[in-house]
Amino acid sequence: MISLESYLTVAAVLFTIGIFGIFVNRKNIIVILMSIELILLAVNINLVAFSAYLNNVDGQIFAMLVLTVAAAEAAIGLAILVTFFRNRGDINVEAAGQLKG
Amino acid sequence: MVASIAFYVLAAATLLSGLAVVMSRNPVHSVLFLIAAFFSAAGLFVLLSAEFLAMLLVVVYVGAVAVLFLFVVMMLDVDFAQLREGFAKYLPLGGVIAGLLAIEMIVVSAAVVTRGAASGVRDVPAPAADATNAEVIGRVLYTDFAFLFQAAGMVLLVSMVGAIVLTLRHRPGVRRQNVHDQVNRTRAQGVSVIGAPTGVGIPDDLPQAARTPAE
Repeated sequence: MISLESYLTVAAVLFTIGIFGIFVNRKNIIVILMSIELILLAVNINLVAFSAYLNNVDGQIFAMLVLTVAAAEAAIGLAILVTFFRNRGDINVEAAGQLKG
Repeated sequence: MVASIAFYVLAAATLLSGLAVVMSRNPVHSVLFLIAAFFSAAGLFVLLSAEFLAMLLVVVYVGAVAVLFLFVVMMLDVDFAQLREGFAKYLPLGGVIAGLLAIEMIVVSAAVVTRGAASGVRDVPAPAADATNAEVIGRVLYTDFAFLFQAAGMVLLVSMVGAIVLTLRHRPGVRRQNVHDQVNRTRAQGVSVIGAPTGVGIPDDLPQAARTPAE
């Protein structure tokens, strides 16, 4: 049978892939946002795995809250990105200092 | 046995799709691989008998968030090749840091399983037969976690208002419907009577203002 450790390992590797994605795609903010989604998914896998193995449903509630925050973050991030693109014509993160007005 | 095979297939699919998200050249492919990663993670949740959360993942992430990403990627006319500059430069450092991080977290999770909070837990306990997963979540969510539930609603409301405020713009020269003006329009504003003698018609030199009804 699958151990809890296997799930935690999958989540750890997925988390690392997200960090790695932020590192290597420094200029492409869309891929950075997707990497953040991957990181949050890894956190959710951890929460659900512990919830299932400890037979306690609270972890799944927390995973739902993480899901909510992730959806809100994606919506706001993409809205800022669209506004930034309208003002500049590209989405180069290095010019993001303009956001301070 | 079947569960083990399913676990390894789904875990491999999740990790490979995740890697493809960060490595692919075209952001549209990244979004599609993100959808694949969410689907396989939903499969992992089903294996953990968290069916409600698995369906939530498919509906919320694949149905809303990933499609939102897809919209934005396709809507913005961006030179993605230029955005990939420095990819090879950061690859070694990123790989080293990611490898270290992965080893650390795997060691910590092994420690948690052997001696930490989850020590002695060997297998997923069978879910209670008298209640489905959604029912169990509902019983806790609307009682013990009612305030957190409300707070999540507030977060969604604020993010919705914020996204609309950020992206809404009133361009000049766009005609919008104004119900108040439409309802309050009188006959005098909409109709003008022009005398046209039989066989002559409306003279050509009639000013344009007299031809069209007054606004």
